[in-house]
Amino acid sequence: MRKNILINIINSTYTFYRDGFRGMVLGKKLWTIILIKLFVMFVVLKLFFFPNYLNTRFATDEEKTNYVLEQITRTASKSQLK
Amino acid sequence: MIDIDLSMVNWARAQFALTAMYHWIFVPLTLGLSFLCAFFESIYVRTGDKQWQSITKFWMTLFGINFAIGVATGIILEFEFGTNWSNYSWIVGDIFGAPLAIEGIFAFFLEATFFAVMFFGWNRVSKRFHLFSTWMVAIGSNLSAVWILVANGWMQNPVGMLFNPETARFEMNNFAEVVFNPVAVSKFVHTSSSGFLFASLFVLSISCWYLIKGRHLQMAKKSIIVASVFGLLSSSFVAFTGDESAYVVAQKQPMKLAAIEGLYKGQIKAPIVAAGILNPDKKPGDHQDPFLIKVEIPYLLSLLANRSLNSFVPGIDDLVYGNEEQKIESIASKIDKGKAAINDLTQFKQAKKENNSQKAEISLANFRKNQEYMGYGYLNKPEEAIPSVAIPYYAFHIMVALGTLFPVIFAAFLFYALKDSLTQKRWLLPVGLISGLLGLIAQQSGWVVAEVGRQPWAIYGLLPVKMATTNLTAANVQITFFMFLGLFTILLAAEITILLKQIAIGPDGGPLK
Repeated sequence: MRKNILINIINSTYTFYRDGFRGMVLGKKLWTIILIKLFVMFVVLKLFFFPNYLNTRFATDEEKTNYVLEQITRTASKSQLK
Repeated sequence: MIDIDLSMVNWARAQFALTAMYHWIFVPLTLGLSFLCAFFESIYVRTGDKQWQSITKFWMTLFGINFAIGVATGIILEFEFGTNWSNYSWIVGDIFGAPLAIEGIFAFFLEATFFAVMFFGWNRVSKRFHLFSTWMVAIGSNLSAVWILVANGWMQNPVGMLFNPETARFEMNNFAEVVFNPVAVSKFVHTSSSGFLFASLFVLSISCWYLIKGRHLQMAKKSIIVASVFGLLSSSFVAFTGDESAYVVAQKQPMKLAAIEGLYKGQIKAPIVAAGILNPDKKPGDHQDPFLIKVEIPYLLSLLANRSLNSFVPGIDDLVYGNEEQKIESIASKIDKGKAAINDLTQFKQAKKENNSQKAEISLANFRKNQEYMGYGYLNKPEEAIPSVAIPYYAFHIMVALGTLFPVIFAAFLFYALKDSLTQKRWLLPVGLISGLLGLIAQQSGWVVAEVGRQPWAIYGLLPVKMATTNLTAANVQITFFMFLGLFTILLAAEITILLKQIAIGPDGGPLK
């Protein structure tokens, strides 16, 4: 009995989303824009232009800590930067 | 002559500002339009009038377009943290992790469920459940904004944490203090209510366009009534929360308040500058008048800053060079303490390397004495602690002037809409038409005040922006700056094109499909 109720809920949720997506008109255009945007952001920008600086250079948290500590204690040289 | 600094730091700042400003076109509309849709639908469910259903579906479609184009534009800010601001990103990781994770999870579940019901659920679920979903989207969207503003509030007023020299991180030791940080609270209520105001102006703008064109008159008038009521209520709330925000700024970031008021010499019974033109030659510490021309309202700045007409409000000179009488410490003294803190941190690091636990313990104890001044140790001279005065000053006054104008606009539209004589007031309609743009200018000005006014700090008093960046060349950031400029301009053009097309179709186009 409980299993049937669960199956019904899953089934009706699935058809709800399926029919919703199938019936889209302007929504299709918007989804296309969203997908292109996400592709540009995560595949092009993130991969080629926005690597995580610390993650790509250091393997462990200890190395990252040491690097950042080194950076923020090298005041004389860095604080000349403006 | 404007001296433009083209260093990496400034390119990284410009890129962050560009991303945030584009992002902030979409967000306030989402925050406010979601509630307006909920109001329209509530009236429909209560009255059963099909015209209200049609109105709801129309504004819901515009809400959907704005949401779709704007979604994930904020993620780019996180990319920038990792690439351009790696020191900062590491140092605050422990503080920002929790709020941003909560926001991500919350937004995902909210959007995957209630958002789908809102758009796919017409005629599929009961009227009341559909209305419930619309309200949930409105409440949820606004609540998810809490967390990012908590993070921003912490940068403006770092509380509930301790710097751990072993990990080089600020570590949260009091979650409640971070969440209920007075800067975060005032920022959230002021920001979200200004989003309601902007969305009301957006609805007013488009409705006026229909009235000018003589199309969908009933829908436009009804939309104007709801938007004007919501806009008037939001305006009052924005004024109230703005006053609270200014009070918090005066208490926690007095330099920012001095900059946005162009106040160099502190005063008892300080007047507020209602309008004025700054003297471009004015320098801190000199005897020139900061203004070429100004109109003041007596006592008001003292009242705003300290809730007392006779209180002292410090100016830039007091904050930079100190004021013994008012017990204000000079920046030079703070720089000395900051340098001592950094020196102790260096000693601690060295002692750890040498496995000298006694020396490490002493260095750490010394560091703790001056840790709250750490950021000042990175400044080369006291004047570096002053933000640009002109930018936040003019942005603040533009924001306040527009914020004063908006309730007048809403009141006029509500009055004539209730008298059913809006179409005869041809002079008023163009004002309503451009009001959406004015709302956007006020929104952006508010963030300029908040972010430019807190310079030079990434974390107020603890980490200046120049120490928060990654060791990259300016060229690295320039390339991505222009890429973003292109990407966001395309997105904005797409938003405007699709919105205009949908507005031209009007409410007859039915719900978003």
